[in-house]
Amino acid sequence: MTNEWAIEAHGLVKDFGEQRAVDHVDLQVAPGIVYGVLGPNGAGKTTTIRMLATLLGLDGGEAKIFGHDVVKDAHRVRQLIGVTGQYASVDETLTARENLDIFCRLQGLTGKAVAAKSDELLASFGLTDAANKPLQNFSGGMRRRLDLAASLISRPPLIFLDEPTTGLDPRTRSQMWDTIRELVAAGSTVLLTTQYLDEADQLADRIAVIDTGRVVAEGTSDDLKALVGTSALQLTLEETADAAAASDLVARITGTAPTLSPESRRINAPLNDTAVVTDVLVALRDAGIEVTEMSLQKPSLDEVFLTITGHSADYNAADPTNDTEFEEVSA
Amino acid sequence: MTAVVTSGFDRTLPKHVPLRQTWRDTVIMAKRSLIKMRRTPEQLIDVTLQPIIFTVMFTYIFGGAIAGDVQSYLPLFIPGILVQTVLTGAAAAGTNLRDDMDKGVFDRFKSLPIARIAPLSGALMGDLVRYLIAATITFVMAYIMGYHPGGGLFGVVATTLLVMACAWALSWIFALIGVSMKSSRGVQGISFLILFPLTFLSSAFVPTETMPGWLQAFVKVNPVTHIISAARNLCNEGTFGTDGWYALLGAAIVIAIFAPLAVRKYRTHT
Repeated sequence: MTNEWAIEAHGLVKDFGEQRAVDHVDLQVAPGIVYGVLGPNGAGKTTTIRMLATLLGLDGGEAKIFGHDVVKDAHRVRQLIGVTGQYASVDETLTARENLDIFCRLQGLTGKAVAAKSDELLASFGLTDAANKPLQNFSGGMRRRLDLAASLISRPPLIFLDEPTTGLDPRTRSQMWDTIRELVAAGSTVLLTTQYLDEADQLADRIAVIDTGRVVAEGTSDDLKALVGTSALQLTLEETADAAAASDLVARITGTAPTLSPESRRINAPLNDTAVVTDVLVALRDAGIEVTEMSLQKPSLDEVFLTITGHSADYNAADPTNDTEFEEVSA
Repeated sequence: MTAVVTSGFDRTLPKHVPLRQTWRDTVIMAKRSLIKMRRTPEQLIDVTLQPIIFTVMFTYIFGGAIAGDVQSYLPLFIPGILVQTVLTGAAAAGTNLRDDMDKGVFDRFKSLPIARIAPLSGALMGDLVRYLIAATITFVMAYIMGYHPGGGLFGVVATTLLVMACAWALSWIFALIGVSMKSSRGVQGISFLILFPLTFLSSAFVPTETMPGWLQAFVKVNPVTHIISAARNLCNEGTFGTDGWYALLGAAIVIAIFAPLAVRKYRTHT
């Protein structure tokens, strides 16, 4: 059985000093799929990828890539993977072509095959015109594309993408999605990390949600959505004292227990049918509970976290524009 | 991206990097350093301006006092300052490596199926060009000041090659510091703490006879002294003697100790 997984990890642990960044993570990824690792900043996504990609030692557990141990058989594993990190791992002082040429040679290509491969990759990532310009003048999206191109030289059967679309504009983001789909269509397996539920939803066949170094949920995107409902109703109350009553009322109408943040007088309720919003508002009015703010949102990572972990992901604190920007793209 | 990717289960994969590939990877990495050098010429200041200034300055400061006149000081001093200048160039290896490693591209090198030593050995190999520049400029300055090496062109070329080889060996010490420390400022500090005693507590500038006994004892075992003596013999007489062998032996020992340490530190560096 062990040989059937592209990635098989058991009990991965990584400590940075006192802090446990990855806490007994198990992953099983079948070949030929996109596997999404979803979590907020600092959840341990990057550390997990770095361990699987032989960039970081393991403090516990074991991991196999197509049956090869990432520690004992690191050289074999490196022949099977392509890694694109969160920060472009390309040479700033070199041009795009010089970068690709060096990586081609390091992958064993020689003579004319080097230029041919670089040409092919530059063309398929739309970088031909910029091929001989220094990377200092490249946009974030161009760097990301070059970085991904460099990961594909050896046609690796497993590709790690660490937050491939973070910081990209909507158009570049959807190009990146197309590229990822093409990779899988060609037979590669892709493991990607993301902060966006929608990205995982669009791309990933299976998703692992991770929080503070642990896998807190795993399954298809339908499995996850079943946990959070198809959308979420957020209410802000005028009076803190009304919170309990309002919460009971919402629970009775929607059929699921909402999450309460009493200090901010907020109620967050997963919904499967948006039509009940009217019923909730009518019931609140009849009960004399005043609402100062009301919004209806597609489920976000926050809802997944609230539902699964019982606490907020707080990832919006780092970059409040992330999620809104993303909603526009996917709408 | 249309062609089908071979499954990860159906590939035959070597378990280790073959020796020939290690050499190949090193040369590729050295070429990368040369491209970077061409793009950032300011990295060459230490091997271009320093030989000009130091050679001229020290010759005229010490020349009269030590050897009676500048002309008689040149045969003693030029091989000394040559070794000192080239080794100063080698001491920058750690800082350059640290700066380079802090950039994302080293992550890619680590994830590629290449020889682990290549990113280090390649960078150090590229530095040979820096040493060549420093040596050439030193000899040109010496010539302008009136130095006519007794060993002739052969002596000059052989000296240059010997000093480059020894500097390459010693650069592994600085490479180890580079991969071990977190900031390039720290690397620079420690590198110079090692460089100064090595180069100044040697026979580079003055004859050792006037030094106290304990210092003479250190100067004698200092490998840099042997490199300098060997350089003097080659430059001034065109001969390669015991000091030359000691210098090469010292270089080999330094590589044998520090190269594996540096590679191990680099592999475990997070």
